[in-house]
Amino acid sequence: MSPDVGRGPVAQRNAVAKLGAALLIALPLVVTIDPVSALVALLLEIPLLLSAGLSARQFWLRTLPLWIAAPASAVTIALYGAASGEVYVEWLFVRVSEGSLLLAAATFLRVLAIGLPAVVLFVTVDPTDLADGLGQIVRLPARFVLGALAGMRMLGLLADDWRALSLARRARGVADAGRLRRAFGTAFALFVLAIRRGSSLATAMEARAFGAPGARTWARESRLTAADGILLLSGAAISATALAVSIAVGAFTPVLGR
Amino acid sequence: MPAPAASSPAAVNASGWGWRYATREAWAARDVTLRIEPGERVLLLGASGSGKSTLLQGIAGVLGGADEGEQEGTLRVGGDPAVATRGTSGLVLQDPDSQTILARVGDDVAFGCENLGVPREEIWQRVHAALDAVGLDVPLDRSTSALSGGQKQRLALAGVLAMRPGVVLLDEPTANLDPAGVAEVRDAVGRGLDATGATFIVIEHRVDVWMPLVDRVIALAPGGGVLADGSPRAVLGVGAGSPQPATSRHAVPGRDARTHTDGTSPHPASARGVWAGEQRVGSRGAGDPTAGDPSGSDAAAPDLPHQLAAAGVWVPGIAPRIPQPPAAAPGDALLAAQGLVVARTAGTPVAGPLDVEARAGEVLGIVGPNGAGKSTLGLTLAGLLRPEAGQVVASDALAEGAVARRRRHRRRHAAAGSDPVGWSSRSLLTRIGTVFQDPEHQLLARTVREELAVGPRALGLPEGEVAARVDELLERLRLARLAEANPYTLSGGEKRRLTVAATLATRPLVMVLDEPTFGQDAVTWAELVAIIAGLRDGIDERGPLAIVAITHDEAVLDALHARRFEVGA
Repeated sequence: MSPDVGRGPVAQRNAVAKLGAALLIALPLVVTIDPVSALVALLLEIPLLLSAGLSARQFWLRTLPLWIAAPASAVTIALYGAASGEVYVEWLFVRVSEGSLLLAAATFLRVLAIGLPAVVLFVTVDPTDLADGLGQIVRLPARFVLGALAGMRMLGLLADDWRALSLARRARGVADAGRLRRAFGTAFALFVLAIRRGSSLATAMEARAFGAPGARTWARESRLTAADGILLLSGAAISATALAVSIAVGAFTPVLGR
Repeated sequence: MPAPAASSPAAVNASGWGWRYATREAWAARDVTLRIEPGERVLLLGASGSGKSTLLQGIAGVLGGADEGEQEGTLRVGGDPAVATRGTSGLVLQDPDSQTILARVGDDVAFGCENLGVPREEIWQRVHAALDAVGLDVPLDRSTSALSGGQKQRLALAGVLAMRPGVVLLDEPTANLDPAGVAEVRDAVGRGLDATGATFIVIEHRVDVWMPLVDRVIALAPGGGVLADGSPRAVLGVGAGSPQPATSRHAVPGRDARTHTDGTSPHPASARGVWAGEQRVGSRGAGDPTAGDPSGSDAAAPDLPHQLAAAGVWVPGIAPRIPQPPAAAPGDALLAAQGLVVARTAGTPVAGPLDVEARAGEVLGIVGPNGAGKSTLGLTLAGLLRPEAGQVVASDALAEGAVARRRRHRRRHAAAGSDPVGWSSRSLLTRIGTVFQDPEHQLLARTVREELAVGPRALGLPEGEVAARVDELLERLRLARLAEANPYTLSGGEKRRLTVAATLATRPLVMVLDEPTFGQDAVTWAELVAIIAGLRDGIDERGPLAIVAITHDEAVLDALHARRFEVGA
């Protein structure tokens, strides 16, 4: 749950700027599915990835899921994707064609182009800082932001509860059943427990005047600086350039309205 | 313009006040009439079910509106209805884990101030002052999850003090703490009150903890109303001979400071020293009407302390009944461990190497500070956690017939071996029973009756036998009245009795009990001690059981003549 401690220019930026930059990169890139825009975006992201302030070990560990998901989805699409052009292999439902291979390459690059900056920007975000930013800069309601923040802290407790519930089930003699059934029963018990914990957390928060009438103040100031602006602009520039190049070379393939 | 969000000590005024939760038929609190003057320090007593916690939450203004329940009468704090005064009173609850709201110490203390709209610069001054007052000397960016239970409760208290409330409310703030944590929190409260002069109300079964701090005791009657109200001496028959008598405390410097600031008499109550006689007469279920003499004298009515003790209050000088010492010398070791290193999660050992054994007819008391690994040791002995190093060895008598955990093991050897961690879940049932610290972790069924049947059914016993065992336990642990109730709706003491009973239903030879008496009132405590003593000496054909009790409660170990085993000293 805890964020990585990052050093370097990007890691120190406001959490809202990091969230914004990740969105500015991701949102335009999801409207098209072509290898060119994704490749251009990926190349332009390299300086961002390098300046994120993560050690090599942190980088590979945190992005590992992407390195698994990208090839996995690419292979799936290569085998089963909509066929067009020359067909290379055909066996049962499998049809590897020129079109499906192209689509697979595009998917592989896109997962990385959207995923890598998102992960790298996010692992150095402290949830409390993000809540401060969302409350003060984005001006989301404090009730929503702080409720979610306090709830997130509870997730750690739920992990301990899960362990205790599993042990208790073994002690009660009902843990010899199938793994799946056992997990389902434990999950339900955890759900009940989570609701009870949630309501006592709510009482504790109200006992500290949460939801009191009148304006709330924020103990930690959260503002956007010029450097945060540069980060946001870089995000917008990456996706804009990628789309421009893609349109210029005629590779642009909108996901909708084809 | 008034200074934002700093309240002067406030009076609490209840008049015929009652509250019924929308989800319940019975009133949680009813007929409460009392006046607490600004700056008074009150210990609030009452049997479970008398509505103490409800009253405290009502004063704190967190009970909610008409959709959450129904209110009758009035409840005012500093002259305004309590619901409208959120922030005037600060409330600290029992469970340290659900008190911590934010991830960093400084932010958590600042939370209440932010909600009250205190300007930023002032918030951080208040945070430092509050942390100083509770003696929590950790960096502001320290992770709140790295704190001990006592530190978490002091953190919650700091968060409340930083709000500068007019009323500080504590609901059994030390029930989950070890003795060192209890003293930590109590002393922190004393310093905080001396600094602010706030009105103070605390709920606690363990009266002696707060005696040095309070100058008035109010006891609520079980069925509604006020049972008694007066000085500690008047209500409990204590105080005059105690090391810190009520009269000498008036000279404490901080308390004088308070009288200067608010300009009123600091203890209207000591002059009061009376019974709430008229309320007793009018209240439902107030007990024996002949108990005590509502004459206004400052001596405890002869029967009142006993009446309170019977309602579960730990009245100083009235010890709960204690069972006989064990009839016979301890028998053979049923479980033995050598060089045992225990870990909650594999790879992070918390205690060890330890050499320990549990013998039939004896209580093994595992003691040590919070976080020393006592529970982990208990769960390892119970065959629930795999040892990091070393082994738990069950005696032949205990291991006989045990089935291995996985099928492929069963094929390889006929028996499951002598380490309980390798036994199947069902094999554990008749051999080692475990009662967890948090009863809610081990509740499985929708009614108390079904809960008791879970184990016997898992053993595949015939329905007649299951019913016989369940009925017997319902009687013996006084749960018959609750047979059809949902286990989650029981009180803390009832839940504890239920989990003990559910474990007994499969007749294990070893019982592992994690904090069996934690936070229990005196009546439940005595019941549990009697049950454990009975099991130790043998109640049926199994003969004496081996009991492993993990506890901070020295009194329970003394009462059971336990052999102590210290972890993490």
